[in-house]
Amino acid sequence: MVGYIWAFLIGVGIIYSLITGNINIINESILTNANEALDLILNLLPIIVLWTGILKIAEVSGLLDKFAKLLSPLLYKLFPDVPKDNKALGYISSNIAANMLGLGSAATPAGLKAMNELQKINPKKDTASSPMVTFLILNTAGVTLIPTTILALRVAYKSASPSEIILPAIIATACSSIAGLTLDYFIRKKQKRWK
Amino acid sequence: MEIISKIILPILVVIIVFYGVKKKINVYDAFLEGAKEGLVTTFNIFPAVIAMIFAINIFLDSNVLGFVVNLLNPLIGNISLPLEIIPMAVLRPISGTASLAIMNDIFMNFGPDSFVGRLASILQGCTDTTIYVIALYFGTVKITKIKHALWGGLFADLVGIITAIILTNLFF
Repeated sequence: MVGYIWAFLIGVGIIYSLITGNINIINESILTNANEALDLILNLLPIIVLWTGILKIAEVSGLLDKFAKLLSPLLYKLFPDVPKDNKALGYISSNIAANMLGLGSAATPAGLKAMNELQKINPKKDTASSPMVTFLILNTAGVTLIPTTILALRVAYKSASPSEIILPAIIATACSSIAGLTLDYFIRKKQKRWK
Repeated sequence: MEIISKIILPILVVIIVFYGVKKKINVYDAFLEGAKEGLVTTFNIFPAVIAMIFAINIFLDSNVLGFVVNLLNPLIGNISLPLEIIPMAVLRPISGTASLAIMNDIFMNFGPDSFVGRLASILQGCTDTTIYVIALYFGTVKITKIKHALWGGLFADLVGIITAIILTNLFF
């Protein structure tokens, strides 16, 4: 998927500039591109390293787990079809907690374990169960409290107030999560009625 | 409102560090261990960043976007938004690196405190790589019939994008 898009961007860009006679711009672009990528990485590096360091403290001290536990009452409501003592709920809450703090590398393993547990209680193995769909909608809405990479780039480009976007981003995330979950709720209700 | 944005980070740091001290773990060693992991992660994404910057820059520099917008102009009228935000919104659900590369381009050309710079920041922060996550998560448990997961997730992203535009106008 990403491969096709990558090839598409390059192909369309180069062919269009050949047609319009702007190929010298592309030539220059190809030559300077990689330096720009290095600048981007160097801009991101300090804050990512700092933040993963801070978050490691939260992980080792058990604060992340504690935070995840706070989410469980909400999860019982969102996943009525999953038994309360099922391991899946624990993994789902770790996944969401890690995502919220911008700890993507810890979020993915927990998310995949949650999918495995949900698959165990799924009656139709090739079809997504209701809890799976709810979990993915919740996950892909992307609730993030600290968007590290964005803050890093805003600092690098000398923003007067790099963190001013945090609150609006949280509000926007909340709106999209609520919209996704509401849609999911009504679809589930409708499907149950058909049965 | 701005003050809330500014206190979230310091408060989180203080909670995390003091909880660690209270639990009697070696907070300094934990920090160094995590920081080292962060270093490795960042270097691991470097090839992907090079690849995406390369493709995105060729695409943006060719100005094919201007051509497409001119074609669509009679349909959607004049949009006052800088064009880069459109491919960013389209690519965001597929590749986080691609949308990051476009955000970088927007910051470079318009600055992070411009309208489009702020919009790009909020957009990048409020949505996730929906299509990628769905492919990965369902792929690992070999599920092929995904019901409304994809369009439910994309619907949520769309609401996020619209909210981001409204909030950028409202907040700044």
